[in-house]
Amino acid sequence: MTGGDRQVFNNRTINKNAAPLNGDRARIQGEDTRKVKAPDFAYERPESLDQVFDLLERHGDEARILAGGQSLLATLNMRLSSPGLLVDIGRVPGLAGVARAGQTIRIGAMTRHCDLAAAPPVQAHLPLLARAVPHIAHPAIRNRGTIGGSVALADPAAELPACCLAMGATMVLASRGGERRVAAADFFQGLFRTVLEPHELLAAIEVPVPPAGSVAGFDELARRHGDYAIVGLAAQGVPAGAGWQGLALAFFGADDRPVLATAAAAVLAEGGGIAAAQAALDRDLDPPGDLNGDPATKRHLARVLLGRVVGAMAEGR
Amino acid sequence: MSADETGLTFLDRPNSYIGRSVPRPNARRLLQGRGIYVDDLKLPRMAHVAFLRSPYPHARIRGIDTAAAKAAPGVFAVVTGAEMARVCTPWVGVLGHFKGLKSAPQYPLAIDRACWAGEAICAVVAASRAEAEDAVALLAADLEELPAAVEMERALDPDETVIHPDLGDNLAFERLLDVGEVDAAFRDAAVVVEETFQVGRHTGVCLEPRAILADWDAGEEKLTVHHSFQAPHMMQDILCKHLGLPEASVRVVCKDVGGSFGIKVHIYPDEMATVALSLMLKRPVKFVADRLESFTSDIHARDHRVKGRMAFAADGTILAAEIDDLTGIGPYSVYPRTSAVEANQVVNLVGGPYRHRNYRARARVVFQNKTPMCQYRAVGHPIAVMVTEGLVDLGAARLDIDPVEIRRRNVIPDDAHPSTAASGIRFEQLSHQAALARLVEMMDYPALRAEQAALRARGIHRGIGLATFVEITNPSAAFYGVGGARISSQDGCTLRLNPQGGVVAAIGVTEQGQGTEAIVAQVVATAVGVPMEQVRVVTGDTDATPYGGGTWASRGAGIGGEAAWQAGKALRQNVLVVAGAILQADPASLDLRGGRVVDAATGTERMPLAELGRIAYFRPDTLPPGLQPEFVVTRHYVPKDYPFAFTNGVQAAWVEVDPDTGFVRLLRHWCVEDCGTVLNPQLVDEQIRGGIVQGIGAALFEECRYDRTGQFLNATMADYLVPMAAEMPDIAVAHVVSPTLSSEIGAKGAGEAGTAGAPAAVINAINDALRPLGARVTSQPASPEVILRALGRV
Amino acid sequence: MDGASMDRVRDVTLWVNGERVSRRVAVRTHLVDFLRVELELTGSHLGCEQGVCGACTVRVDGVAVRGCLMLAVQADGARVETIEGLSDSGAIADLQAAFHARNALQCGYCTPGMLVSAAELLAANPAPTRDEIRAHISGNYCRCTGYHAIVDAIETTAAARRGEGGAA
Repeated sequence: MTGGDRQVFNNRTINKNAAPLNGDRARIQGEDTRKVKAPDFAYERPESLDQVFDLLERHGDEARILAGGQSLLATLNMRLSSPGLLVDIGRVPGLAGVARAGQTIRIGAMTRHCDLAAAPPVQAHLPLLARAVPHIAHPAIRNRGTIGGSVALADPAAELPACCLAMGATMVLASRGGERRVAAADFFQGLFRTVLEPHELLAAIEVPVPPAGSVAGFDELARRHGDYAIVGLAAQGVPAGAGWQGLALAFFGADDRPVLATAAAAVLAEGGGIAAAQAALDRDLDPPGDLNGDPATKRHLARVLLGRVVGAMAEGR
Repeated sequence: MSADETGLTFLDRPNSYIGRSVPRPNARRLLQGRGIYVDDLKLPRMAHVAFLRSPYPHARIRGIDTAAAKAAPGVFAVVTGAEMARVCTPWVGVLGHFKGLKSAPQYPLAIDRACWAGEAICAVVAASRAEAEDAVALLAADLEELPAAVEMERALDPDETVIHPDLGDNLAFERLLDVGEVDAAFRDAAVVVEETFQVGRHTGVCLEPRAILADWDAGEEKLTVHHSFQAPHMMQDILCKHLGLPEASVRVVCKDVGGSFGIKVHIYPDEMATVALSLMLKRPVKFVADRLESFTSDIHARDHRVKGRMAFAADGTILAAEIDDLTGIGPYSVYPRTSAVEANQVVNLVGGPYRHRNYRARARVVFQNKTPMCQYRAVGHPIAVMVTEGLVDLGAARLDIDPVEIRRRNVIPDDAHPSTAASGIRFEQLSHQAALARLVEMMDYPALRAEQAALRARGIHRGIGLATFVEITNPSAAFYGVGGARISSQDGCTLRLNPQGGVVAAIGVTEQGQGTEAIVAQVVATAVGVPMEQVRVVTGDTDATPYGGGTWASRGAGIGGEAAWQAGKALRQNVLVVAGAILQADPASLDLRGGRVVDAATGTERMPLAELGRIAYFRPDTLPPGLQPEFVVTRHYVPKDYPFAFTNGVQAAWVEVDPDTGFVRLLRHWCVEDCGTVLNPQLVDEQIRGGIVQGIGAALFEECRYDRTGQFLNATMADYLVPMAAEMPDIAVAHVVSPTLSSEIGAKGAGEAGTAGAPAAVINAINDALRPLGARVTSQPASPEVILRALGRV
Repeated sequence: MDGASMDRVRDVTLWVNGERVSRRVAVRTHLVDFLRVELELTGSHLGCEQGVCGACTVRVDGVAVRGCLMLAVQADGARVETIEGLSDSGAIADLQAAFHARNALQCGYCTPGMLVSAAELLAANPAPTRDEIRAHISGNYCRCTGYHAIVDAIETTAAARRGEGGAA
C-alpha cells in the first residue's frame, strides 16, 4: 500500500534534477523537470479484496495502491511518480476500523487518522497512538490520511511507523494466498522501502494490548506545527523500580527508517538512568543529515528528546 | 494637512471617513469566493503554456528536439528561444543613476545558454495545462552543462567562471560612500564593536502564483493582457516596446491579485513569452506558474553578507558606522527596476535612525548562477536594520547600557527635523523619541525586564529585542524615473459624478489586498461629501484609469490617496458651482455632505445630490446659459519636496529560547510606527502585522537553500518554511502621527515597516536570551541548528 | 477491465453544493481542477497542488479535505461543499461577517480554504483557545495577514455563537 500523510519532497527526493557536474554533454528529457499536473494513469476502484488481488497480479509494479492519497497524490501532481494504474481501495469493505480481539487490537489499514485517535480501543489501550496523531500534518490531511498508507509509505520521518515499532505491532499483509504477518521491526527496510511485495496489500496492523502499568511517551521536534519532525520519539514500557520492563524507544527522522534504540533502552531497563541512556544512544543512531539538521544536530536533539520523553514517562506524565 | 476653503481640515469635515476603521467594501466578495484572479478567467479558444526549464545552473543549449512534443495530443505549438526572439526583443536591466551597473541582454526563452536552474528554455502550448506538461515531458534537450558561479563570496575570484564574458567580470555594481571622519571616529572611540551578519535568500511565496492571460485579437489588432501584477501601466509600456506594438493596441488588466509583496512588479521572461505566444498563435494563452516553478523563477531577495562595525563614546553615543555589504543577484539584473536597489538601500539605510555624522559603506553586487534577485517587500530595510540594531545592541552590552536607553540617547530628536542622516537620506519629520516612549509604555518594559530576570533564575531563557527603523515610502521620480526607467512615480485619480449621486473613482494605484480601494473610497467620499457606499472604485485597467505607477514602495495610500483627495475636492467644487446656480446661492455658502447639498453654515439641506444630477444630466436646458456642469475631474499627484517620505518606528519582540533544542518561541511582538495621517487604522495595523510576520519568517524560517553546484534544495512549499499560524505571536500595534506636509492628506506609507524591523527585533531578542549563556547568533534564519551551534551544543 | 478497456476517463455523479452533477472526467484530474474548470466554481484556489498550503480546502462528506489531494473520481457519490455553496446557504455567514469586520483577509486567496478550516474547528470545539485556533489553522497558509486578525475573527465568532458578546 502506498500513500501516507504528508509530503515526501524534502531533500530526499528534491534533487531529482540535480546531475553531477561532469563537464560533458547531457541529454535531458523534459520529463526530468517537475510539474504539478499529474501524468496520465488509469484508475480502478475494486469493491472486494479479490478484485484488488486481480489487479495487483495483472499489473505488478505498474499498479499503485491509493489509500488516503495524502502523499501519493502529491507525488503524482509533481510527477515524481508515474504509475500506470491506481487501485483505489477506498471502497473495499472491511479495511477500516479498530477492534479489540483478546489481547490484540486490530487496526484496519484504511482507518483514517482522525478516526484512529478517536477510536475507543485506541483511547482505552493505545495512548501512544492517541498522542501521536495530533502531530501528523494538519486536520484536513488527517481527515483523509490512513494508518495503512502512512505505514506502507515508510517515510522515515513519519510518526505512525515509529509508533508501530514502539508498540511491537505486526503488519498483516494480504494476498491471494492469504495473510502473512510481519513484525514492524522487520517490515521497514529503508527509505520508502518495506517488505511488501507488489502482489500484496497491507490490510491491517495488529497491536498487542500493552501490559498493565504500561506508559507511553511521545514527542517530536518540528520546525512548524504539523511539519515532519527533525527528530521524534515514540516510546512505551512498564516502569519497574528504577528501571523498565519491555521498554521500546522508537526514533523517527533519525535514519532511513524508524529505529529502535535498543542500547539506550537496555541501559534504562536496568535502571541506568537517563544520562547513561543518552550516552548509549550514540550506538543506536547514526542519523544522516538533511535540510532540517546535520547528523550532530539530530543526534543531540535525539538525546534531548530521550531525556524529556522518558523523564515524563517516569513521572507518569 | 492643510485647511480647505471651508476652513476645515479633512479630519474635521462632517461625515469624514478618514481615520475610521471602515471595512473594505471589496472584501465581501473575496469572502464568498467570488474574487476574479487570472486563473479564474476562461476565454474562447484559450490555450495553456508550460515551459521546459533548465535543470542545470549553467548550460549551453545545443538543441532541443521538439518533434515528439509537437505530435503530442492537444499541442498547438512548441516554441524555442530562437523562434521567440523573432517576436519579442531582449531587455537589459540597468538604470542611469546606478553608475556602472551592468547586465546582459535577457530573452523570454533562453537561446544559447541557460544561466540558472529554472530558466525557461522552451515553451509548449496546448489545450490544457496537463497536456502541455505531458508534451514538455517529450521534449529532448541537448544541453552541455557549464561550470557555474554559485557562491557570491567567490564570484569575484580570478578563477571563477565569468557568467557573461562580454561584461568582463561578475561584478554587476559597486557603491562606495565615505562621509565625515570615519577613521578618526573609530580611533577615538571608547568602544568599537564588529560583527558579520548573514541574511538568507528569500522569495515572496505569494499564495496566488504569478499568472498572465494574453489575448491578441488579430482582427482588431488589440492585445488584452490579464495579469496578476502591481503595475499595469508599466507592463503596458514594456509590452509595447518589446513586442513592437503601439500603445493604443495594448490593454493590461489587473483584477484581483492574490498577494504580490514586490514579486509581481518585475518583468518575467515566461510572462513575456506568454504574451508573445498569443501574438504568434493569434489566440488567448494562459500561463499560471505552478508552485515549483514559482520557487525557481519568481525573483528572490536578500542574501546579503554584511560586515559591520560601530564606534561608541563611553556614554553610549554612536560616533561612526562602517559596513561592507556583498550580495549575489543571480545571472541578470532584473528589468526594469534592476537588481542593484537592495544593496543601494542597505547603504542608504544603515544607521538611519541615529545622529552620528561619520559613515563609510561599500556594497558589491555580483552575478551568480542562481535565480535572479530583485526588489521584494521592504527592499534592503531588514538587512540595514539588522546590521544597525545588532551593532547598537552589541555596543549597549559592552557599555552596560540598557538597550532602550542607548537608543534614546542616539536617535535623531523629534524636534531636530528636517534632518539628514549620515548616508545623506533626508527626513522631513520623524518621531523616534515619541515612538520609543510609546513602545516602552505599551509593553511595560520595566515589568518585562523584571519578569525576564525572575525567569532566568529558574532557568527559563527569555529575551527582549528592540529594533528602531526608518522606512522609505511615497517615492518620487528619484527612485526610478531619473535613471531612465519608464516607471511612473505620479498617479492620477479621475472622478465622475453620476446622475443619482454616485461617484466612480478610477485611479492608477492598484489593489492586491492592502485595502487600496477602501482607502480611495474613504478619501473620495470624504472629499466629495457623499456616503462611502455611493463610491465605486476602479483600479488595475490601463484603459480605464489615469496613468500611474501602481502599488509598490508603500505608495498607494500616500500618493494615490492624495490624488483622490485633490480630485474629490475639485469635484465638490464643480458640483457646488452648479448647485449655486440652481439654488441662486453663493457656492461658497454651500457644502456637500452625506450626498446632499447643504448650507455650509447651518448644515440645512438645500438639495439632494440626486436632484442636482437629474437637472445637470437630463434637464440641462433649465440651467443658466453658459453654465456647463463638469462632473468629471482628474487630479494627479507626485511628491516633489523630498525624494521619499520617510517614516519611522520601533518594534520589540519577546521570545523564549530553549537552549537544549535551539527552538525559539515567539511570545509577543509590539510595533509603534509613524506613517503620518492614518487613513484607516485597521488597515494600517493589518499591514504592519502581516509585514511583521513576513519579517519573522526571515528571522526564523525562510531561506532558499542551494547546494554547492547551484541546485535549489528546498524549492517546494513543504520545504521552504513560510510562517504558519501556530508559531506566530499576537502583535500589538500603535501609532505616532507626524503627517507629511508634502501633501494635504499627510499620509505616508505603512506597507513595509513591519518587514523592515521584525527580523532585527527577533534576532536581538534571541541574543538577549542567549547572553547569559555566552552565545550569540548573527545569521538568519536562526534555525534550531544555528542556535545550538552558537551555544556549542553541537 | 484490462488492456484497452482501462480507459483514462470515468463517469462520475456527485452532489456539489446540493446540486447533482454528472460528468465524464479524466481520472488524473484532482477535485479542485474539476470544481474550477469543469464546474466553474473558482472560489477554491490552488496554491501548491501538493497539499501544503490549504488554499484548496473544501468539504467532502462533511469533513474538510485538501481538494488537490483527492481525485475527482474519488468524489463519485460524495457530497462536496465549496465556498460558493457555504456562502449561498448562509451556513458560515457569521464567520464571514467576522472576517470582514476584523479585516481577517487581504488578498483573499487563502480565505475560502481558511473559512472551511475555521468552520470545522468551530463545529467541533465551541470554545477554542487562541492556541487551539492557531493549531487548527496551521495548515492554511496566509502570506498577508500575519494570522492575528484571523485568530481574532474566529475567536469572536465562537464567542458570539456561545452568546457571549455580539457577532462581529
